[in-house]
Amino acid sequence: MNLDDAAARAVEAALSAGASDAEAWAEESTSRRVRVYEGEVESLSDAGGRGVGVRAFAGSRSGYAYGTDLSDAGVTELARAAREAAEVADEDEYEGLPDELGTSDVDGLASPELADWPTERVVELALEVERSARAREGVTQVENAVYSDADSSVALANSRGFAASYRATQAWAYASAFAGEGSDLMTGLGVGMGRAPSALDPEAIGAEAADRALALVGARQPESRRCPVVLDAFVAASFIGFVGSMLSAEAVQRGRSLFAGREGEEVADPALRFADDGTDGEGPGSAPFDGEGVPTRRTGLIEDGRLLGFLYDSRTARKDGRTSTGNASRGSYRSPPSVGTTNLVVEPGEEELAGLVRLAGDGLYVTDVAGLHSGVNPVSGTFSVGASGRLIEGGEVAAPVRELTIASDLVSMLKAVRAVGSELRWVPFGGSVKAAPILVSEMAVSGS
Amino acid sequence: MTLVDPELAGRVLERALTRGGDMAELYAEARRGFALSLDDGRVERPQGGRERGACVRVVQGDSTYYGYVDGLAEDDLLRVAGSVSEAVRGDARHPAALTAVQPGTRHPVITRPEEVEAARKADLLRTCNERARAAGAEVAQVRIGYAESQRQVEVFGSDGRAAADDRTRVRLGAQVVARRDGRVETGADTRGGHAGWELLEEDPEAVAERAARRALTLLDAVDAPTGRLPVVVGNGFGGVLLHEAVGHGLEADAVQKQASIYAGRLGEQLAETFVTAYDDGSRQNAWGSEGIDDEGTPTRRTTVIEDGRLTSYLYDLLRARKDGVESTGNGRRESFRQLPIPRMTNTFFAPGEATPDDLISGVERGLYAVSFGGGQVEPATGDFVFGVSEGYLIENGKVTSPVRGATLVGNGLEALRAIDGIADDLDIATGYCGKDGQTVPAGVGQPHVRIRELTVGGTAA
Repeated sequence: MNLDDAAARAVEAALSAGASDAEAWAEESTSRRVRVYEGEVESLSDAGGRGVGVRAFAGSRSGYAYGTDLSDAGVTELARAAREAAEVADEDEYEGLPDELGTSDVDGLASPELADWPTERVVELALEVERSARAREGVTQVENAVYSDADSSVALANSRGFAASYRATQAWAYASAFAGEGSDLMTGLGVGMGRAPSALDPEAIGAEAADRALALVGARQPESRRCPVVLDAFVAASFIGFVGSMLSAEAVQRGRSLFAGREGEEVADPALRFADDGTDGEGPGSAPFDGEGVPTRRTGLIEDGRLLGFLYDSRTARKDGRTSTGNASRGSYRSPPSVGTTNLVVEPGEEELAGLVRLAGDGLYVTDVAGLHSGVNPVSGTFSVGASGRLIEGGEVAAPVRELTIASDLVSMLKAVRAVGSELRWVPFGGSVKAAPILVSEMAVSGS
Repeated sequence: MTLVDPELAGRVLERALTRGGDMAELYAEARRGFALSLDDGRVERPQGGRERGACVRVVQGDSTYYGYVDGLAEDDLLRVAGSVSEAVRGDARHPAALTAVQPGTRHPVITRPEEVEAARKADLLRTCNERARAAGAEVAQVRIGYAESQRQVEVFGSDGRAAADDRTRVRLGAQVVARRDGRVETGADTRGGHAGWELLEEDPEAVAERAARRALTLLDAVDAPTGRLPVVVGNGFGGVLLHEAVGHGLEADAVQKQASIYAGRLGEQLAETFVTAYDDGSRQNAWGSEGIDDEGTPTRRTTVIEDGRLTSYLYDLLRARKDGVESTGNGRRESFRQLPIPRMTNTFFAPGEATPDDLISGVERGLYAVSFGGGQVEPATGDFVFGVSEGYLIENGKVTSPVRGATLVGNGLEALRAIDGIADDLDIATGYCGKDGQTVPAGVGQPHVRIRELTVGGTAA
């Protein structure tokens, strides 16, 4: 199946159905997934998928349709459905194809090594992740160890003459380990990601799962207080991801972001700097062009303590009299483009994790938060989320704690950042984030 | 059977068992959907989709091998079956002759949603928008969403089962933002079911109005208290507490891996004798209901807690086989791209005899948690966290000020034990439940329930 051809046919069909403009996103992928348990394969899949999504415009109205039938008849039917759907929408003067069409150079999206790993070898990798986690003394169970990969190709075409495609590979592995028993049972997650299985370190992923669980054994509820808090890279990534979602021009224009109207204002401590970068070859969210054919790029978001700007697709850019930042994102061919982050990349600081803990003195080291999305009011930014981790006493990590909440509001928290760690890593939480641990000088911790 | 001819299904199963296996299955699916939303007063994002595809799995011992493909072409189905069979090491086996399985309950659809003109759906969004805005001048933003879907599924097993289901769902949701000076609050509400357009014929605008009232109420909210307090949990969506803190721990995959606090506790008295809870996928036209589950097992009502005792876990075929019991009809999958795993359908506490007022009037100082913004639980420990999206203080037996920013933190087992009152007003709300990367519609519900004491994490000092 030729994807470029399928996309071009879909655009033609939409124009024939009466669309004033049209765009089609065609996608094809093969993927594998292995889950192992107690040294055996629990499930193993080898699968393929393909589909196309058509956006059809009727002047300043747009409609969308997607499907898995890429035959001429299938594509024609979809194009007609998209054109018909457009009739239902209200006029929107900012709607339309982007003006900033093009592609940027992004290297390393697809690794040829993925093909060198037959299924038996990735099964062995998953088993090694599990063995590594089980090898740690005190680990009572490894609930699962999973390896998965995908090799995807994407083609985008529109009625303004844009036609481009790219291929990307991705491999992940993770494990979930338990330590302790009964009501003292604690869980830990280890993850790794890269463009090919060769980029994954199974021993480290398993060990991380085990260590994170072991670190929490015997956790008790701490006393309520206000204190310095160190967020580990996983937790920091979740918060950064949440802030990133609030910096979408869509959220801002619709009055659903606490950052609305604060461009250029001081919203963070200068220690915290981060950008959206769709061109980093290592980033899972990277691509040469976004979901509507605008070149991807690096967009600084917070620097020198100030909010530099927002993330735009072509519609929100037109509304604000700006240009698109290449942030029209697509989950897959099943969804029309909408503003989203690509990869959020945090600038590293000077101190290693131990240094941040030392700077905190007495406080809390948070290794897990629960309920972030339900616990944060996106408009006011106030939040209260469940957490677990370790106390910090005398500049050292001390007793494990759980059943506590940390509360603040996002801007107060960003302004209270005291230092960012020096060790960056890609974390699949909060979207795709290249994160480091973060020391916040004060937060409300509530326990007993 | 309209998606795959049984004769072809037989050949696919035969091919899948070329190198042996305890069980082979072909799952075929055709889905179509339409969605539309209104934001900022404008109807937008009309979108439709059509997908067809199939999954073939072969189970041998504790291992499952599977593959899936877009489309239902004969060549593709046979190719996937062949490729899956190659992972197995054994002698060829032959599937049993297929016989049709009868679904548990029918969920009648009176008006097929796709037969209702799209323009009427757009009008519904507009009238919802008007009703929400009419609720008060402080309503600043209104977002209304409508979605309909149809999933036709067919399941063929090498044990001879052949089952089909046709599932239609409709859902309307409203999210409202209210503003006063610097304060901003949000409110939400939904209505949905395994049903047709008829579900939205009677006063659908009430959904928008309730969302608006919630947001407006919160403008007067005070900071949530902090500490250990009695909590009265509201009916309907309040059931998310049961879903998260208990239900997930009853799913047999977690139980069998000792990844559940409820493992090994069957028959134990976990709650007071007036506490009974069900998972019921056969409840007529309920959001989480189906005729059969995604393995062809008829859905049914499973009593998970009876008079306070833990009586059953929730099973799919594989986990049931392992425990030597029957599947409870809880083998669900998001689509043909995933494997079925044990999932809840509609999970709820049975109604008791008290009134909500009885429960509240017995509390000197506590929290009334009406609705949650969402929640999360670690099934292995039972630890949970819930954000309270609509909550009030209870003072001297009366509901007083609304509170914001409250979070409930606790443990499922302890919370269950601490239930000291259940009211008579059962209601079931529509939720989406995520597990292992798969999202399925799940009904959550309960009458008003009182918990003697829970940790409330608030924003007040």
